[in-house]
Amino acid sequence: MNLNLSFQIAKTHLLAKKRQTLVAMLGVTFGIAMFIVMISFMQGVNQFLEDSALDASPHVRIYNDVNTQRPSILDAVENGDDQINIVYHQKPKQQLTRIKNGLQMVSMIEQMPGVLGVSPEVSSQAFFNNGPIQISGVIAGIDYPRENRLYNLDSRIKTGSFKSLLANPNGIVLGATLARKLNVKVGDKVSVTTPLGGNITLRVVGTFGFGIGTVDNIRCYTSISTVQEILGKDASYITDIHIKMNDPLQAIAFGKNLSKQFNTYTEDWSTANQAILAGEKIRNVMTFVVSMTLLVVAGFGIYNIMNMNVINKLKDIAILKATGFGGKDVVAVFLLQAIIIGLAGGLLGLVIGFGISYLLSISPFETGDMISLKTFPVVFRVEYYVMGLAFGLITTILAGYFPSKKASKIDPVAILRG
Amino acid sequence: MSNTVLQASHINKYFYEPEKFQVLENVNFEVKKGEFLSIVGKSGCGKSTLLYILSTMDTDYEGNLEMNGSRLTGLSQDRLADFRNEHLGFVFQFHFLLAEFTVLQNVMLPAQKLGKYSTKEIEARAYEKLKLVNMEDYARKQSSKLSGGQQQRVAIARALINDPTIIMGDEPTGNLDKANSNLVFDIFRKISHENHQTIITVTHDPDFAKGGDRIIEMSDGKIVSGGR
Repeated sequence: MNLNLSFQIAKTHLLAKKRQTLVAMLGVTFGIAMFIVMISFMQGVNQFLEDSALDASPHVRIYNDVNTQRPSILDAVENGDDQINIVYHQKPKQQLTRIKNGLQMVSMIEQMPGVLGVSPEVSSQAFFNNGPIQISGVIAGIDYPRENRLYNLDSRIKTGSFKSLLANPNGIVLGATLARKLNVKVGDKVSVTTPLGGNITLRVVGTFGFGIGTVDNIRCYTSISTVQEILGKDASYITDIHIKMNDPLQAIAFGKNLSKQFNTYTEDWSTANQAILAGEKIRNVMTFVVSMTLLVVAGFGIYNIMNMNVINKLKDIAILKATGFGGKDVVAVFLLQAIIIGLAGGLLGLVIGFGISYLLSISPFETGDMISLKTFPVVFRVEYYVMGLAFGLITTILAGYFPSKKASKIDPVAILRG
Repeated sequence: MSNTVLQASHINKYFYEPEKFQVLENVNFEVKKGEFLSIVGKSGCGKSTLLYILSTMDTDYEGNLEMNGSRLTGLSQDRLADFRNEHLGFVFQFHFLLAEFTVLQNVMLPAQKLGKYSTKEIEARAYEKLKLVNMEDYARKQSSKLSGGQQQRVAIARALINDPTIIMGDEPTGNLDKANSNLVFDIFRKISHENHQTIITVTHDPDFAKGGDRIIEMSDGKIVSGGR
């Protein structure tokens, strides 16, 4: 078999029918360009959602899960298979949301391998008084340098600064939407009331936006000691420990270990953000289904064109066979045409796909305050381009193979005799 | 016997469509090196069928076929293709050239397939063969632009490119006018007498047949005269 010669014949055939070749090529080009755009965009959306969920939430969170359903004393004392205990109107026990030895746990976890940062928090429900209206929210007392390391707070700031929390013990940083609802700006005062009745007036030193409604709407930050003061607790009172890992995927196992080690309730990001992860899976499936459909359609186009090509070239095939070209040579001639179409169309598709993805990534996208997006989220990764080209080639080779095989089986005698 | 290039013995061939019908009946003959042989007979007598069996393209027959001392009956399609490439040249009635290729490319293709010479040598040889059929001035032309007679001469050049032992023609002059027929005949004659290549043609043209060394006449699938 002489591939070079087959290639030469394939090339001549393709160049002789330029328009037909172009149409077949454009089918592949369109399929692959769409594949690249779809996957880059969908993965961009996935990445964005995952990032915003992961950025604003800890990889592992340790807290005390307040559970009002507790077994009654009767169950503990009198139990057996032959009896049923009924206790009416059992009242919940006074439970503290504090984590025992929280600060010691923080310093221990900080030493563990794979941990990026640990931040203790004191958080409480709170009401913000704006004239006669009370708006509910959450006030979180944080250790600014530690919290900043976890959530990169400085990049979320809209006005003012988080640093002022260090200098001003009565400072507070409000979520941007919350600040707007309260109609306060940096320098204004807000009154904060806790459900237990503690009240304090704090000065707004900044506003921030995570781009997540549920955060920006209700959350505000102040120093740990300020919250402990409102709640009337001592300096070791901690309600939450937030942990970020170097690798988010390790968080799940790490969280389970911590839970055993300290006998506390832990929650990892995948449990907290199950909806996002499920959405990601669905989008991935959708991307592949749509892209595959496009490529299969392109493949059928190539199959049709190659089939027609073989029928148009019956005479040529007969001559090639008569002059000594074997079945393999004939397969090579037609399969090479399909491969050339696939490769050329595929490469063009990659270029166009990249172009559209790039345009998408720089086109402005107005979403308002809720989402911190300025342009469409698009991810550029070499794998997608390699995958696109591979899919394109596989489709064209499959689409070209069957007509080529048919061509190689043609009986030259029937055609040459006329 | 040593210069026998083709030996066909006890060739039987049937057609099955629309019903079983014997086309060739116990055909036996030999062809010597450098012989110019014509097979004649009425339409439907089986002469074309015989030629395509000799060409090795039709393998559905009974009997034994030997060429150049090797038995061809029962070989695989790919082996037969290689054999055709090296030892056989074809000229068809409808001067089948590859329309998208130039005259030169058409002539060069079988040699490139054989791969015995470098591309440069093949090109030189192709020019030489085109000169033989007086077509060297058209070498760079698209083959579809040529007239019928010119195409037939190019087809002969293509048949000669690998210096085959046998050149087969299926009505090589069937589609040509008198002048072109004579031209083709002169080329064939020259090939057989000067290059000592064997020529086997099926023809309806009595003048063409008479000019050759031997005539095999067929009727109803049997050789009636000229067989040896």
